Parts: sequence; structure tokens; C-alpha cells
Amino acid sequence: MASAFEYAPAPESRSVVDIAPSYGLFIDGEFVEAAEGKVFKTVSPSTEEVLSEIAQAGEADVDRAVGAARRAFAKWSALPGSERAKYLFRIARIIQERSRELAVLETLDNGKPIKETRDADLPLVAAHFFYYAGWADKLEHAGFGPAPKPLGVAGQVIPWNFPLLMLAWKIAPALATGNTVVLKPAETTPLSALFFADVCRQAGLPRGVVNILPGYGDTGAALVAHPDVNKVAFTGSTAVGKEIARTVAGTRKKLTLELGGKGANIVFDDAPIDQAVEGIVNGIFFNQGQVCCAGSRLLVQESIQDELLDSLKRRLSTLRLGDPLDKNTDIGAINSAEQLARITSLVDKGAAEGAEPWSPECELPSSGYWFAPTLFTNVTQAHTIARDEIFGPVLSVLTFRTPDEAVAKANNTQYGLSAGIWTEKGSRILAVAGKLRAGVVWSNTFNKFDPTSPFGGYKESGFGREGGRHGLEAYLDV
Amino acid sequence: MSEKTEKTEQRLSVFKTYKLYVGGKFPRSESGRVYEVTDAKGKWLANAPQSSRKDARDAVVAARKAFGGWSGATAYNRGQVLYRVAEMLEGRRAQFVHEVADAEGLSKSKAAEQVDATIDRWVWYAGWTDKIAQVVGGGNPVAGPYFNLSSPEPTGVVAVLAPQESSFLGLVSVLAPVIATGNTAVVVASEKSPLPALSLAEVLATSDVPGGVVNVLSGRTAEIATPLASHQDVNAIDLAGADEILAKELEIAAADNLKRVLRPQPVDDWAATPGIDRLTAFLETKTVWHPTGSLGASGSSY
Repeated sequence: MASAFEYAPAPESRSVVDIAPSYGLFIDGEFVEAAEGKVFKTVSPSTEEVLSEIAQAGEADVDRAVGAARRAFAKWSALPGSERAKYLFRIARIIQERSRELAVLETLDNGKPIKETRDADLPLVAAHFFYYAGWADKLEHAGFGPAPKPLGVAGQVIPWNFPLLMLAWKIAPALATGNTVVLKPAETTPLSALFFADVCRQAGLPRGVVNILPGYGDTGAALVAHPDVNKVAFTGSTAVGKEIARTVAGTRKKLTLELGGKGANIVFDDAPIDQAVEGIVNGIFFNQGQVCCAGSRLLVQESIQDELLDSLKRRLSTLRLGDPLDKNTDIGAINSAEQLARITSLVDKGAAEGAEPWSPECELPSSGYWFAPTLFTNVTQAHTIARDEIFGPVLSVLTFRTPDEAVAKANNTQYGLSAGIWTEKGSRILAVAGKLRAGVVWSNTFNKFDPTSPFGGYKESGFGREGGRHGLEAYLDV
Repeated sequence: MSEKTEKTEQRLSVFKTYKLYVGGKFPRSESGRVYEVTDAKGKWLANAPQSSRKDARDAVVAARKAFGGWSGATAYNRGQVLYRVAEMLEGRRAQFVHEVADAEGLSKSKAAEQVDATIDRWVWYAGWTDKIAQVVGGGNPVAGPYFNLSSPEPTGVVAVLAPQESSFLGLVSVLAPVIATGNTAVVVASEKSPLPALSLAEVLATSDVPGGVVNVLSGRTAEIATPLASHQDVNAIDLAGADEILAKELEIAAADNLKRVLRPQPVDDWAATPGIDRLTAFLETKTVWHPTGSLGASGSSY
């Protein structure tokens, strides 16, 4: 919908961040080459420009990093909690100071809009370190017994959708509780994790407490299987989560998994439509829909379907897709060619199975990986697009007549991570929230996060919670 | 010796046919199989039902059916129902002392200690039903105009492999926390000593515990546990009664639908006061957000 009020380009400068032409692995406080000498390239999803060449960790490197973390563990876990707290507070502050650099870096490497890295990712990253810093010297008051102990070396594998935020979710509670970590960032987004190594250097963090091993799935598998890893934390797909659960079976490794989702966003007939539309947009188009807790299934009460869809389509027509570094951009690039292919194939399947796709008029840039915001109507619960996680800017619209039907449809999924409820009626919010099998329920809002609040799934969305007091348990021997 | 006394001594006792407990009913195993249960000295005690995979599946169906009502009951109500079980156990104390003494080869006094500890354990968990949410839930101080609450909820149907050695205290120590929090259970009794578990079912059946909330199976642990671990409608499994090799196999099978797994924990003394680990192991945490429209509740100028 072209209008007289088009925004002029407002690009953030990429010169605020220096990206080295190549990076090593970060082991024992130093950047080192991979033992096998392998490297891979990381590209900007919006331009396909090669940003840097990254060392690719193999089994020998995993062994080296776990060894470094093990050596560092004795001292780090023996530090008074108040000292560990200060390191974490330092890290939180340095992240705040350097958040502009980090936001630009994240946008370049991930493809998400600068608006989101600047206003959502980075503030939350700092907040998580700040929050868990404060726990480090108060663990005996956390409700896990009078003298809770760390587990040892934590092997952590994180995804590409929120590279630095997922790092913060994993590293902050691990360090606060006295564990040391070996973290594998995703192969398409290793830069901010490597940059974090520099934050650790500035904070004076002891060597070996944090180790970063960029690599592919095999690197993560080697880390998870390493006999000297005491705790495994994974965020990613349900299929890989199941594989990890099998790998650690029969060992004493503690495991937490934060996996996929197919969140239901339920809109009742008395909902404030404009607010609901904003919530729906935020629920599925935030971060190009590449969010495990995305509200990817819209359940709308039949009587307001037409009104809601009209408003929603009108709103989608105002979304701006394009250069992620432009401060006015709402929708950035899809993270990788592989992910774009997956989204495309599922959307094709949706149309082939009889659902009706709709997208606003939208010009896609000629280079990079892009997918226009899409919504499907005429969707049934049997459709693939209503069951499989698409992890892209694709919304499936279903309808219901009664609250019971809404609950039944919302729960009709293998997943159980998130859900949304839109209604003005308080008792209905509480009744429906109580019946939903999901770890996070947003009423009259969506996609809100906070370090004080436990986050995690029911059913095949995984187990364990991140955030809040609950998030400490994953890293304590309880 | 009078004729009367002689008669008493020669009176033939009535044996009990032990049965499974599924969905509030006492069926025989659908397989028609039984196995011999002996006391610690090898003396025959009874023929216990040897459950099959079909019995396990029936038990899961019963447990699933009971979940909505049991998890939806008020915590106060669940607490009272659990306490009622303790009352009934107390009344049958002598029976259980006898059964535990036979099952575990204990003296009467040692067995009595076990049974007393078991009844007290049950009372302890009865008191937890309406407190666990306050201990592990809470309101979170969100940095924004929102209010959110984290509350624990039962995870669903839990398969419980009861400990092999402690036939009654161990059994109750793993079963009571599962149902106290609103889950429903499929219990696999100790393979060697299943009789106290099967008798406990009779107590449960007469204690206001709704049918299907607890289902008790006896038989070969490995045979019954395998379909339970891979069952797509079981939400969690407690591997207390599995040996190391079986536990690993079951844990791998449980990964298929990402069951919550409680691995076998070394327990030196079942009589020691437990922590809340067994309560929290089968709970989910749900965080519900809502806008407040303002930044804090204490903004009043009063």
C-alpha cells in the first residue's frame, strides 16, 4: 500500500562495528585455530555478502575446550558468589556500553531488523546478565537447599534466531551458579558469540570459564556426547532435542531442552481488535517468525473473523520489508538459504493441501533471503501448516465457536511452548489460561520476555525452564 | 486340649487372589498369566498377576481419563483424599506389617517400623498438595507494565517403576508425590515383592481416590516398563525400579515424545525425610502474562 507518507531510508551505520576477516575458536581465554584447520564462512542473509571466515571446531577442539572448562571449574566454582556476581555485573555493563556495536553485528549476521536487535535483543541480553549476577551470591536463598552446588562443565548449543540472547540465557545462569561453559553458536550466526569473547576479556573473566566453539551440528553432537560434560543445555529443533535426549540417556548428565512450538493465538469476540491485531503481528512477524514461541496459529472466534482479518490484512500492508539496517524496517531477511527453502516448501504444501495464502503487495530485494509476510485462511487442523513448525513469517488462521473448542484446538499439537489469549473478560482469560498446555501464556499481549520470568515448554517443546529462579535449577545439583 | 481349640488350629485359612488395579477396578491380567510370589525364605505366598503390554496400555488409558478430574480438583480436596488414604492404611496396619514382613524378610517389629514410616510418609505428602504451588510458584517482577505469575501444574500421566527392594515404604515414597501434585499414575510394583502394592490398591479403592488416578500393575518390570516408556500418551516416567541397563533403554525410548524422566537415584534410607525433588520432578511451570497498564502496584501517593 504505497502512501504519501513513505519513509526515507534511515540506515544505521555499519562502521560502528569492526568485523575481522577471520576468527578462531575461543578456548581457554584465547583465539585458536581449529585442530583440523577447517573453516567456514558466515554471510549476511540480507546481501549474501561474506562477513568473515570462522574456524570450525571438530572433536579434538571440543576435547580441548571441555578440558579448559574443567580446569577452570575448580577455581571458578570455589570463588565466593559475590565475586562471581561482580564478573557478571561487569559483563552486563560492558554489553550495555557496547550494545550499539553488538546490535549492528547481530543484524548483519542474522538478518533481523536493527529495530529489534537494538530495542529487544540487546536490552534483554544485558538484563539477563544483570539478573543472574544478583543470584550468584544468594543461591542458598533460591529454594534449592542450603548449599546448592554447581554441576561442573556445561555444554551449551544455541540456535541462530536470537544468537546473543540465547547465549545470555545459557551463559548467565551457568556462570552465576559456578559452572564453566563450552558454548556452540549456530553455524550461520557465530559472530556475536565470538564478539562476546572480547566482552569476557574486557571483564577480566578467568581463562577457560567461557569457551566458544563455532561449528555445525556435528560439533554440537560431539560436545553433547563428551564424557566430561556434566550438563547439556540445548535450544533448537524438537528432532535434534530428541536425538540429544537419546545421547545423554544412561549418563548422569543433566539435560534441559527448549525446543519447537506451534503457538496458538486465541482471539475472542470481545477482544480489542486493534490491540489484538498488533499482538498477532508481533506474535508471528517478529524476527520474521523465526521464533520458537511464535503465535503461528491464529484461532479467531468465527463471529469476528471477517472484521479481524480485514484489519490484519490492512496492518500487514503497512509492514516494511527490506534492509535490516534501516531503522524503519519491520521485516528483515530470512536467516539462511536453507531456512528459506524450508519455509517455501511448507508454504507450497499449504497451498497444495487447499489452504488459501495471502500476502500484502511486497517487493523483495534482489539479493539475499527473503519471504513476504503470509497468512493462510481456510486452514484445518489436519493441514501440515497447522501442525508443523514453519519458523517463518507464515500465519495459519483457524476459527472456533466456543471457548472449549478454542482450548481443544489450541492443545491439539505435539508442542506446548506458548499461547496467547485476547479477550476483555478476566474470568475467561484465567479459565482458558488454566486449560492451555503451554509453558508461557500471554493474555492481551504476546512475545514478552523478561529475565525474572521462567520460560519453557510442555510436551514436545522440551523440559526445564530458563529465566527466573526456576532457571537456576538447570545448573544446580538438586 | 479341648475340642474347640483343636478346631481353631485346624481351620483352613482363606487365601487371597491378588489382582491388578486399573481404572478403579480389579481385573486379572488380560494375558491370563500369573507368577509365583514367595517370601524371603522361598515359601510360596501367592500367585500375582503377570501383566502384559495390553494391561499397561489399559492402565494408561485409565490414567489419562482420570487426569482431568484429579488435576482439576482443588488442592485442598486432593489433600483430604490423600489424608483419607493414610487413615485407611492405619486401620489396616496389621495386614501391611504382615505383608511387608513376608515380602522383605523382616521381623515383625522392623516391618512395623516400615509400615509406620510409610503411613507417616503418606501424611507428609497429603500436606503438600496445597503448599507446593506457593513454594515453587510466584509472581515475577517484570521490567515493564505487565503482571505475570508462574504456577506449577501437573505434567500428566506418570509411569512409576516402584523400587524393587522397599516394597511398601519405597513404593509410597515414589507414588504419593506423583499424585499429590495432580498427576495420575501407572505403577509397576516391585517384581519380587508385589503384594503390598496390590494390597495398597485395595486401600486406594476405598479411600475416595477416583478410579484411574492410581493404577497398579504387577509382573516383570522390564516387560511392563518398555511399552510404558515408549507410550506416546505417557508424559513422564520415574525409573526408580529399573536397573542401570534397563534404565538406559527406557530413557532412550522415553526420548521419543520427550517424556520427563526421573533417573534412578541412590537411596540409602527410604525412611529419611525426603526433599521436594519428587514433587517438582513431575511439574511443569506455566507463566501467564497480563498487561497492568502501569509500572507498579505501589505507585499510590498514600
